[in-house]
Amino acid sequence: MAEWMTLAEAMAAHVHDGDTLAMEGFTHLIPFAAGHEIMRQRLRDLSLIRMTPDLIYDQLIGAGCASKLTFSWGGNPGVGSLHRFRDAVENDWPSPLAIEERSHSDLANAYVAGAANLPFAVLRGYTGSDYPRVNSQIRSITCPFTGEVLAATPAVRPDVAVIHAQKADWKGNVFLWGILGVQKEAVLSAKRAIVTVEERVESLNAPPNACILPHWVVTAVCEVPRGATPSYAHGYYERDNVFYREWDRISRERERFSAWLSQHILKTRDFEEYLALQRDPLVKAIYQ
Amino acid sequence: MSEAYTSDEMMTVTAARMLRNGAVCFVGIGLPSTAANLARLTHAPDAVLVYESGPIGAKPTALPLSIGDGNLAETADTVVSTPEIFRYWLQGGRIDVGFLGAAQLDKFANINTTVVGPYKRPKVRLPGAGGAPEISSLAKEVLIIVQQSKRTFVEKLDFVTSVGFLTGGNAREAAGLSGNGPVAVITDLCILRPDPDSRELKVTSIHPDVNRGTILANTGWSVVFAESCEKTPIPTRPELDTLRDLKARTAAVHSTQGDRE
Repeated sequence: MAEWMTLAEAMAAHVHDGDTLAMEGFTHLIPFAAGHEIMRQRLRDLSLIRMTPDLIYDQLIGAGCASKLTFSWGGNPGVGSLHRFRDAVENDWPSPLAIEERSHSDLANAYVAGAANLPFAVLRGYTGSDYPRVNSQIRSITCPFTGEVLAATPAVRPDVAVIHAQKADWKGNVFLWGILGVQKEAVLSAKRAIVTVEERVESLNAPPNACILPHWVVTAVCEVPRGATPSYAHGYYERDNVFYREWDRISRERERFSAWLSQHILKTRDFEEYLALQRDPLVKAIYQ
Repeated sequence: MSEAYTSDEMMTVTAARMLRNGAVCFVGIGLPSTAANLARLTHAPDAVLVYESGPIGAKPTALPLSIGDGNLAETADTVVSTPEIFRYWLQGGRIDVGFLGAAQLDKFANINTTVVGPYKRPKVRLPGAGGAPEISSLAKEVLIIVQQSKRTFVEKLDFVTSVGFLTGGNAREAAGLSGNGPVAVITDLCILRPDPDSRELKVTSIHPDVNRGTILANTGWSVVFAESCEKTPIPTRPELDTLRDLKARTAAVHSTQGDRE
């Protein structure tokens, strides 16, 4: 049953050190505000799952929150590398990061399996690829009907899923639209689900077949306007492409990243204060 | 010489021409997306562009910086979930052409986008698989667009992320892969196509102002030239104009900061 609370309360109550955590959103609706709160609460030893780690996990990895990452494409889209992710993999900084690497098709299927309460996913995949050689979780299964050999991989079953959506009503029914990625599957595959939304509304006014997550599959819901920025929220605001480019400069060196972490995250009280800081002309100037 | 153009434009235009009108194309981000959209805006208005984030039939006005930009969703015929894209549309056998890039490529058109150096202790950690392993194996055919150099065209891949013809000959069919594999590799220097028997990539068309020595010097294996090696036609004025307009619109969009005050 969804409970409305602040983001800080939701994270403190439902995300714990050592949890397996999936924060999803495919370019769109990436729950950045929730990621910031995890850094502020200094959560540690998280096993992170996400198809495209993106800036949100680059930040968590650089901040020392993660001990493991399961992913399928780790870059800054259209810009280049995720430097904090690379520094962790290549140099163990700030701490060693175990990686479990899979393909997009595999992870998407694995979320579906998790949501459907199945132990594994079946797909036509990985034939001839080196991935099964470096990831022992990528195995195969023989079809009992045709004898065909198919790839089999473990379902994704996180302790907690976190997503961002456009709207929720007073009961906590959640409505999202646009590019949906694997958000619905992430929520349904997890033991607990935290949803941040752009706005709390009286009524969702959703058409039939809309992507609705009923309040009884959501653990906590938090109103966090602009909570997906610098990614975007369809119908609310555009992607902050400049910040995505600027992140390359912020994250490249450890010192500059650490200064960003301290000034923008650890010294701000919440996402609202972080957003206010972004409007500071001095901070704005460095992004131009 | 008619119009001046860059080697990048030559590559993009050449790749775009390979996409036939009406083809259902699974588009990777970056160079493939540029070429596929140029094709759509020139000779292939009915090409159906499918992006892994969910848009089917996307007709973006500017090139997406990321694979899930809102403009893709707004201009698409429909937007489905990411699992559905991979399960019903790609694995379901509905993709004619997979359009891919590569960090490293070998002579059988196998692709590495994972690591340079050993996997456990990489010299360079690349982004990884994304959708490519399944696109390369399940699309009916594959086009690869990549800058040619000794760093990218290597004798042996550090890691096989996505398969072309594996070890050549009938290895791909023997592995049970349903798609036909790469039909062409388009670079800034030439076009390479697989030999029908050995499946080794051969240079079949050389871009204007490029000589064989340059191609040899930028290939990490002793690449073979096809007997009937052609000269690639230069970009036309409309192709160049369309590409430059597209890039100008893209640059304008990518410098926006959302609604940041």
